[in-house]
Amino acid sequence: MSDQTATPMPVPEAPAEGYTRREALVMSLFALAAAATVGACSAADKQAYDEFVQKHFRDLTPEELKDRLAQLEKRYSEQYGKPVTVSATPPIPGVLFGYALDLSRCIGCRRCVYGCVEENNQSRDPQTHWITVLEMDKETGVDLQRADAFYNHETVPAPGKFYMPVACQHCENPPCVKVCPVQATWKEPDGIVVIDYDWCIGCRCCISACPYGARHFNWGTPKIPANELNPNTEYLGNRPRQRGVVEKCSFCLQRTRKGLYPKCVEVCPVGARKFGNLLDPESEIRYIIENKRVLILKDELNTQPKFFYYYGL
Amino acid sequence: MALLLTAACRPVQEAGPRYERGAAIAETGVAGGEKSAAGGEQKVASGEQATRALFAVAPPPFTDGIFPCSQCHSPTDKVDRTPRPVEFHAEIVLHHDEKNRWCLDCHDARYRDKLHLADGRLIDFTESYRLCGQCHGPTLRNWKNGEHGKRTGSWSGVKQYLLCPSCHSPHSPHFKPLKPKAPPLRQEAIR
Repeated sequence: MSDQTATPMPVPEAPAEGYTRREALVMSLFALAAAATVGACSAADKQAYDEFVQKHFRDLTPEELKDRLAQLEKRYSEQYGKPVTVSATPPIPGVLFGYALDLSRCIGCRRCVYGCVEENNQSRDPQTHWITVLEMDKETGVDLQRADAFYNHETVPAPGKFYMPVACQHCENPPCVKVCPVQATWKEPDGIVVIDYDWCIGCRCCISACPYGARHFNWGTPKIPANELNPNTEYLGNRPRQRGVVEKCSFCLQRTRKGLYPKCVEVCPVGARKFGNLLDPESEIRYIIENKRVLILKDELNTQPKFFYYYGL
Repeated sequence: MALLLTAACRPVQEAGPRYERGAAIAETGVAGGEKSAAGGEQKVASGEQATRALFAVAPPPFTDGIFPCSQCHSPTDKVDRTPRPVEFHAEIVLHHDEKNRWCLDCHDARYRDKLHLADGRLIDFTESYRLCGQCHGPTLRNWKNGEHGKRTGSWSGVKQYLLCPSCHSPHSPHFKPLKPKAPPLRQEAIR
């Protein structure tokens, strides 16, 4: 049925005769849009509009970015009833972050999992963990198909078991970035794979592309008790997320870009976690790669992780 | 910034031993010369501090009230050097090559607030890694290079090391098992 030949339907509030149905529809939509964007609209409407038409994070001018960060700070501060800072610390030139984890020392105590949850404002309910600690048999070695993430012993390490914490491997060749249809995730110059939560459309292609199970989807609205919220947040890192977006480890960029170690390194009671600049030949991470038996997960996929497992003993 | 945060997190022992990475460990109290903090791009704000230290060690983890030992022991005390169980320190159970060693192999009988190396040189408790490294050489090497043990603070600036006894009781050094934190919820339990 063509619009030109259609008989106008008897619409109750139909405008003056002579309008087709399509014209009436377009006019009413236009009126709605106009009402939402101009005239007597509230600050909330303005913010919603700004968010709807905002540019990609990497296309923002410094002024636009500043406005955006201020908007978010205001929103989070109101939401959690305490001052929250949102910054966008740029990568440090000449730095490529790398991570190493000693499989012969990790005892599977999960201190890193919960340290990360607190530092990076993961949802407590529904539960989101960026780090998964896998328990495997020493006899069989690394065998991901027979790994158990739900072990619950009285004390760890359990006899005959070893532990392999897995989070984002920050690949040099990240499959998750390749598949994102809207470029909401990308690799920064310092090697950190980041997500713009405002640009993510929640299609979860990246989750299925990631061979490490490192990405997590917010199926429900994330809940964080206000007193547990870490108020030092980063736009591309640990700021509170919304429902329907993907999140994952960001190498604690709110800490590491200021020169600090990631939280998981600081809380590990056995010192199994090592972090540093891969471009600095004096760093401990380089010492480990050059002197220890190092393995990377699923090297056959050519993802080139910057997360190195090694045997310190 | 990093310096401030490090200082806030953990009391950095100012007089602690400092050395340039890869160099021989300096003698007691000698600061690490003109070495600049080479690692990373992040420049430490104060030039003076940047030239002094790559890391510092945390203070030794003494039991409350036990140190200084000279509270009870005097240099003039008569010392019985026969290896034997010591009733007063009965809570210390030696599980560290106990067949071959006892207290005075590490603790100095005359200067009780010090330890001594195998050749008799006295060292402070803050330098106990030199004592441990006499037997555990490769571990000391890896510790100096940042591979063994935990480093906190800043990856690019001042790194804080823990002393060996912070994780390994010198009298019973095997790392003690811990209770793990709660397992993650199973997918089907998440609503």
